[in-house]
Amino acid sequence: MTLKDVQNELAAQGYVADDRLSMALHLAQTLGRPLLLEGPAGVGKTEVAKAMAGWMDTRLIRLQCYEGLDASHAIYEWNYQRQLLAIRASEARGGADEAQLFSDEYLLKRPLLEAISEEKPPVLLIDEIDRADEEFEAYLLEILSDFQITIPELGTVKAQVRPIVILTANGTRDLSDALRRRCLYSFLDYPSKETEMAILRARMPEVEGVLARQIIGVVQALRSEDLEKTPGIAEMLDWAAALSGLGVNDLAKSRDEVQSTLVCLLKTAADYDAAPPEVMDRLIGKVA
Amino acid sequence: MRVTHFPSRAAGLADRMSGFVEHLRMNGLRVGPKETGDALVALSAVKATDAERARQALCAVLTGDAEEWRRFDELFDAYWFNAGKQRAGVAQNAHVRVQSAKPMIWQSQDQGTGTSQSDTGNATTPDPGDGAAEGMDGKLIATRTANLSRRDLRELMDEEALKQAETAALALARAMRDRRSRRRKKALRGPALDMRRIQRASLARGGEPLDLYRRARPPRPMRIVALCDVSGSMTVYSRVFLAFLKGLIGSGTEADAYLFHTRLMRVTDALRDHDTLRAAGRLSLMAKGFGGGTDISGSLDRFLSGYGARALNGRTVVLILSDGYCSSNPQALGDVLARIKRKARRIVWLNPLKGWKEYQPIAAAMRAAEPYLDAHLPANTLDALAALEPQFRQL
Repeated sequence: MTLKDVQNELAAQGYVADDRLSMALHLAQTLGRPLLLEGPAGVGKTEVAKAMAGWMDTRLIRLQCYEGLDASHAIYEWNYQRQLLAIRASEARGGADEAQLFSDEYLLKRPLLEAISEEKPPVLLIDEIDRADEEFEAYLLEILSDFQITIPELGTVKAQVRPIVILTANGTRDLSDALRRRCLYSFLDYPSKETEMAILRARMPEVEGVLARQIIGVVQALRSEDLEKTPGIAEMLDWAAALSGLGVNDLAKSRDEVQSTLVCLLKTAADYDAAPPEVMDRLIGKVA
Repeated sequence: MRVTHFPSRAAGLADRMSGFVEHLRMNGLRVGPKETGDALVALSAVKATDAERARQALCAVLTGDAEEWRRFDELFDAYWFNAGKQRAGVAQNAHVRVQSAKPMIWQSQDQGTGTSQSDTGNATTPDPGDGAAEGMDGKLIATRTANLSRRDLRELMDEEALKQAETAALALARAMRDRRSRRRKKALRGPALDMRRIQRASLARGGEPLDLYRRARPPRPMRIVALCDVSGSMTVYSRVFLAFLKGLIGSGTEADAYLFHTRLMRVTDALRDHDTLRAAGRLSLMAKGFGGGTDISGSLDRFLSGYGARALNGRTVVLILSDGYCSSNPQALGDVLARIKRKARRIVWLNPLKGWKEYQPIAAAMRAAEPYLDAHLPANTLDALAALEPQFRQL
């Protein structure tokens, strides 16, 4: 497998990856190392994992991180209720066999353990790792470097096949060096005009040349305006879908539709106020 | 044609790669022997004779955060393309560099001639004898430049001033630290018991609440973002302010420091460096153009559109250390401050001139800025900085 293959396969999934990203993905696969992706919101960090899973035709296991996420929600937990029931039942029958209580049967697998015990290498997406607490990062270290999990009662579970691990972060807080060192790294930024055009063409071939060029132009121009939430690729695609759904062919001729579909791009009231019709006129005038 | 001259002992790729990793380490990236191995493995996984491919692969392996990722190209060029050497010269012309600094090893790829075999042979030939005198590789040059420009700043930050500034910064940071959250969250130690969690855990103990979980009100520290003017008119005060910034960063609060004159750079990491000498070296390199003109509004604007999104939140105090003498349009300064004010909690302007008797904000920029400031305080000496504590308490 070469770099070009990675790019082509991802393109077949409708994901346009630049050279750096495909190289990072390529290395992540050949070296069996996790990949840490950083970048602003809405540049397609999470989509990479989905596209990878689609390409490999394997399961996507997703762990959404949040403040307060702990091992019992991310790795494994014992099914206490069942264990208690089993004890009661065996007491009634006379003679309990406690050795069985800590076996696979009573183990609730959470995403990380699940990813390790799969037969076919899944894609494990650890989303927004910077939202989880620092302690949680420490749990991840063993998993990410050795692909194994130690369960005190059962022993160490080692991965039969290494999952493809993708971590995403967008800088809510600084990640620890220990975690960064275990990962390959790539930074995703807002795409260039050409790349974004390619993305739009891949995702929505029905949006035609002139309109596509205008959409990309306006979105790119909006990104350089002073906005609270800069529109990402997902927003751009939403907007394109809305416009083509409304049957718009030329932004300059359908100003009302443009203004009313701006809700797809601008997600706060302040941003909405920052783009009154005059500003949009100017932006559209520039690209038309 | 300029060729990367490797020291005669550099036997092969492995040696050069460890040299490259060392070069990265000296430039502040956190890489070690493990990364050297990783880099070699990564190169074997790609077409390593293609410079672009090698660059991308090494970038993925050796960098760890966004800033390193952006700097990597430069460092890569400096080492493998001898650009460090070029840069040490007087006039650096990007075009000339591209023309002359292509190394033998990747030349055939770039020019499309298929003589890679002999070229590779050439480049591997060790530099005979005078290697040391030639300055061998980009790394050495980089250190030397650092050495030259390092001295002035090191003198700026002498031991005494540093200590004083640190105490002053610490006091200030403490004064505005810590409003505690109202919400209780789980904690290892805390005054309140977390009944829900205790009940959940008691299932494992047959209903006996043996594991006691606790809740506490987490501290919500104020963040400090300090932007320090290092332009010509501020030269006299920069000694005080740099020391102050270092103290602020070291104070254990969440602080972020930037220097600006006509450009803006983030110096938090450089200041956090435990190796004081290296920190000063990094600072000096960053503060190129130290002592030139000022473009306050432009720098603040760049801050806002770049780092600002991450650095500012509702709990941030923005400290601007500047005299307000500025070459840009005063109206622009007002605008950009208004935008910062929307995102941050407080803006405090520490002005060395304000310590003067009968100071009036006559500089047009200062007048435009005043309405957006929560406080405009004097700060010309360390004592003045230390005296600010009561004012900060009120913020």
